Amino acid sequence: MVGEIKIENVSKSFVNPDKTSVTALENISLNVEAGSFVSLIGPSGCGKTTLLRAISGLGLADEGQIYVDDEPVKGPGADRGFAFQQSNLYPWLTIKENIAFGLKARGIYKEKKSDVDEYIEMVNLKGFENSYPHQLSGGMNQRASLARALVGKPKVLLLDEPLGALDAFTRMNMQDEILKIQHLHSITMIMVTHDVDEAVYLSDRVVIMTPRPAKVEEVIDIQLSRPRARGSQDFIQYRTKILKILNYAGENKEPEYYL
Amino acid sequence: MLVDRLIPLSPKQPASNGPCFFYLLCILGVLSLLILAVSFFNERISEKLVSSGPVFAGGILVLNIVNIVCGKFALLPVLFFPSLDRIFEVFINDRELLGECVLSSFKLLLYGYAIGGSLGLLTGILIGFNKTFSYWMDPFTKIIGPIPPTSWSPLVLSLFSTSYQAAIFMITLSVWFPITIMTSNGIRNISQAYFEVADTFGAKKLYKILHVGIPAALPSVFLGLFYATTGSFVTLITAEMFGCKLGIGWYLNWQKSMMLYANVYAGLILLALLCNIALKFLFVFREKALNWQKGVIKW
Ligand SMILES: Nc1ncnc2c1ncn2[C@@H]1O[C@H](COP(=O)(O)OP(=O)(O)OP(=O)(O)O)[C@@H](O)[C@H]1O
Ligand SMILES: [Mg+2]
Repeated sequence: MVGEIKIENVSKSFVNPDKTSVTALENISLNVEAGSFVSLIGPSGCGKTTLLRAISGLGLADEGQIYVDDEPVKGPGADRGFAFQQSNLYPWLTIKENIAFGLKARGIYKEKKSDVDEYIEMVNLKGFENSYPHQLSGGMNQRASLARALVGKPKVLLLDEPLGALDAFTRMNMQDEILKIQHLHSITMIMVTHDVDEAVYLSDRVVIMTPRPAKVEEVIDIQLSRPRARGSQDFIQYRTKILKILNYAGENKEPEYYL
Repeated sequence: MLVDRLIPLSPKQPASNGPCFFYLLCILGVLSLLILAVSFFNERISEKLVSSGPVFAGGILVLNIVNIVCGKFALLPVLFFPSLDRIFEVFINDRELLGECVLSSFKLLLYGYAIGGSLGLLTGILIGFNKTFSYWMDPFTKIIGPIPPTSWSPLVLSLFSTSYQAAIFMITLSVWFPITIMTSNGIRNISQAYFEVADTFGAKKLYKILHVGIPAALPSVFLGLFYATTGSFVTLITAEMFGCKLGIGWYLNWQKSMMLYANVYAGLILLALLCNIALKFLFVFREKALNWQKGVIKW
């Protein structure tokens, strides 16, 4: 199995143009097993995106080190996919060209042509292949962005609220599709979400973070068999537990988070 | 047509060899009747006609006023404001010379545009992507850029063996500058997120330049092309006045020195026509290349 992530004492702060600095991450340590699904949950603006960017290599940590399969992260690479919070599709490419972009960049599009069609179908965008992103809704763009990140089957996939713009039913569908792909290709997935149900439904472990600067408040192992029933007693118990911790974590900054 | 035929020409205006303006009006009249006939069968042309009809009518009105003021009553000095008949007569009498002039000017423009355009794109891309290159090129473009290309003429004329080469050089310069600036600016203004997406797919530097940088900067590059086109025409006219033996600029200059203002006006009309054709080409090209922008920006 590949795709094991070790985060060791990672800290990061940003310096604003007016010379004030913001500490986004403070001494975070976390191990993610290969092929497992981990959710990051925490108040808005605490530093979740910053942590994902540190793992992807787009924004390196100031202190501490991150290892993927014992290799220190020094920059971005095709082994770590990223589904961005804003869909960030290229406006000059059609939906299909956008989804195929990563494969083309690596020069493996020819062999994987059918994959692109398969993933377009999976995210329910058939019939919109030749549309440009601005012609589609926000949720459709987000699905296209998800397909673009999934189709390359990286060993690690970082998902930053990939389903945030979707309605409840599409969202549940997409959750199942993500899980299917994860198991099929044993991809290590780290997903940021504000939806506690989503976290419990998908994850092997849920990492709860404190308000800025982000520290790990608590890590909860979700020991439920799959497929999980969203209404079951145990499921609700996990949900209540997480909500309680979140509430506690945000006690002094009550209005800053949303769930 | 009625205005032209019924009101007699002012006796002060020297007579032309034939009613050339009337001929032009006839041609225009027949053309518009033809288009009108076609529009009954073609939705698209019909729509276009409805939208552009008022402008054409206005244009004809302006022509009428010009015709009455300058030609019919000669209210303005006839030397500087010849009758329309005499202006359009030039196109018939001088057609061979004018044709050669247009060809020569067109060749000059083409050379200048090809060299200046490709060099401009290259330097623009280098400045946009390469920090060191940008550092050393920046003062260079800042100093050279704002100087009107034609002001190099004394230096350039002594440097190059023929004035033709000198003209090419000046046009090249006038095309190079706006394209360089707009290309590098376009690249610098690209959202970082676009490059980060490519990074997470492991895209190489060259791939990012070709598949992210250039398409994202293309709208700005086209702006540069527009500036370059209009600028190159200005330079063309001035450049041809120095020592060239042919070309529209040379023609204008020559006719002016002989006080043949009808010919000067004819040359100017031709110039405007050429410039508009060039811009039209650019528009069509842009429409193809930037199809994706429709709906994103006000087109
Ligand atoms: N490039 C940057 N420059 C300056 N400050 C930044 C930058 N990126 C993030 N920050 C700051 O770091 C903190 C954490 O930001 P981050 O985007 O990681 O939050 P988040 O947990 O993803 O929030 P959300 O749930 O709203 O997406 C914020 O306070 C933000 O202001
Ligand atoms: Mg975020």
